[in-house]
Amino acid sequence: MPPAHESLHVYREIAHNALWKQNPILGQLLGLCPLLAVSSNAVNAISLGLATILVMSLANFAVALLRGFIPHEIRIPIFILIIASLVTVVDLCFNAFLHELYRVLGIFIPLIVTNCIVLARVEAFAAKNATPAAAFDGAMMGVGFVWVIGLLGALRELLGQGTLFSGVEMILPGWQGLQILPEDYPGFLLAILPPGAFFVLGLLIAARNWLDWRANERAKARLLAQRLHSA
Amino acid sequence: MSTTTPKLPTLPEPGPWSISLRTAAILLAFTVTFTALMAGAYRLTQPAIEATLEAAKLRLINEVLPSDRYDNDLLKDAITLPEVPELGISEATSLYRARRRDEPVALVFEAAAPDGYAGEIRLLLAVEADGKLGAVRVIRHKETPGLGDYIDIKKDRRKDRPWIAQFSGKSLVDPPRSQWRVQKDGGVFEARAGATISARAVTHAVARALSWATAHAEALYRWPAGQRFEKE
Repeated sequence: MPPAHESLHVYREIAHNALWKQNPILGQLLGLCPLLAVSSNAVNAISLGLATILVMSLANFAVALLRGFIPHEIRIPIFILIIASLVTVVDLCFNAFLHELYRVLGIFIPLIVTNCIVLARVEAFAAKNATPAAAFDGAMMGVGFVWVIGLLGALRELLGQGTLFSGVEMILPGWQGLQILPEDYPGFLLAILPPGAFFVLGLLIAARNWLDWRANERAKARLLAQRLHSA
Repeated sequence: MSTTTPKLPTLPEPGPWSISLRTAAILLAFTVTFTALMAGAYRLTQPAIEATLEAAKLRLINEVLPSDRYDNDLLKDAITLPEVPELGISEATSLYRARRRDEPVALVFEAAAPDGYAGEIRLLLAVEADGKLGAVRVIRHKETPGLGDYIDIKKDRRKDRPWIAQFSGKSLVDPPRSQWRVQKDGGVFEARAGATISARAVTHAVARALSWATAHAEALYRWPAGQRFEKE
């Protein structure tokens, strides 16, 4: 058992990795299929994101727990088997308890199976790490996925129809979506159609790269200043 | 887990056969375990799924026919429709009969427009006993978001006067059958700019379904519940 501050450091590293540095969408560009199709509004995007968090934590947890029993040669079929079973369970639960949403998300819940990020984390992390860390990694990668897909959905919805969180009553009965832009906003169709997803995603990735670049430059400048100072 | 993985005797050099068998057994054990997990989840969620489906169906029916209009158990007073070309649906569907004190009130059934801009548009209609349309709702479609999807009341931007509401109260005499077209084709039904095809498809499908239901109304109300309807 590593000392407490060290394991805390490990968890912080996992979180930083998942949320920013190796973010599934912005960093690794994985899971673009649901990203394109479901991010046309914030509620759909966040809901699919939440389902993904659930699947990723469960899958990472299950694989890390069972990793001692999985022969190396057939690990991929077993991973897929585990992921597909968990997705099926989540799919059934959505159908039973969140039916309206289930109808909207439709085929995209089963398609979480094909989201490469799930298999990628299972293979790269859960198969080699202890169970709690693996479950945490799955959950964090899921959060990294949901904040980007949620932001993408919100931006597209705002540009496309001038609203935010429309359809929230499917998850939280009694709640209402927000009308952000004036009622007579004509809508910007491109943002809602699939090409809009590519454009907005491209801008988000560019923004991330720019932020990283700026942070880099500042670090370099600081280093230089330090050297000059000491010289 | 270890109970499900068979323990083979540890040989000095396991041959390819025993390795294969061991691997296969492990894969089998995993398959059985996770299939059991899925089967368990299915059994647990099935009652809830059926209840939700029924509730969703009733909610949908309520949109075309308010529940205070009838007093029978609508979901039980159903007959199975075979493939009816006029309704444009190629599989068997259910038709529900609303009655009040055993007097016919309305028929609720599905119809489809095969010629939407992006494939089939599925409709739910209530046709009242006097031949007027109760209401129409689009229940499934793939029309372009933001352009043709105004036929779906949930996506319609004009909440005060939704497009689909113009069918309510119409019958085959008002307007006459020849006027059951969109205005662009010389009829009375409006279509929104840029997406006439969706509106035209729905209008024609509604007209066809309405004529079919009025022509067979008497037999449809009379048919024994739970039975498959055959044209006489």
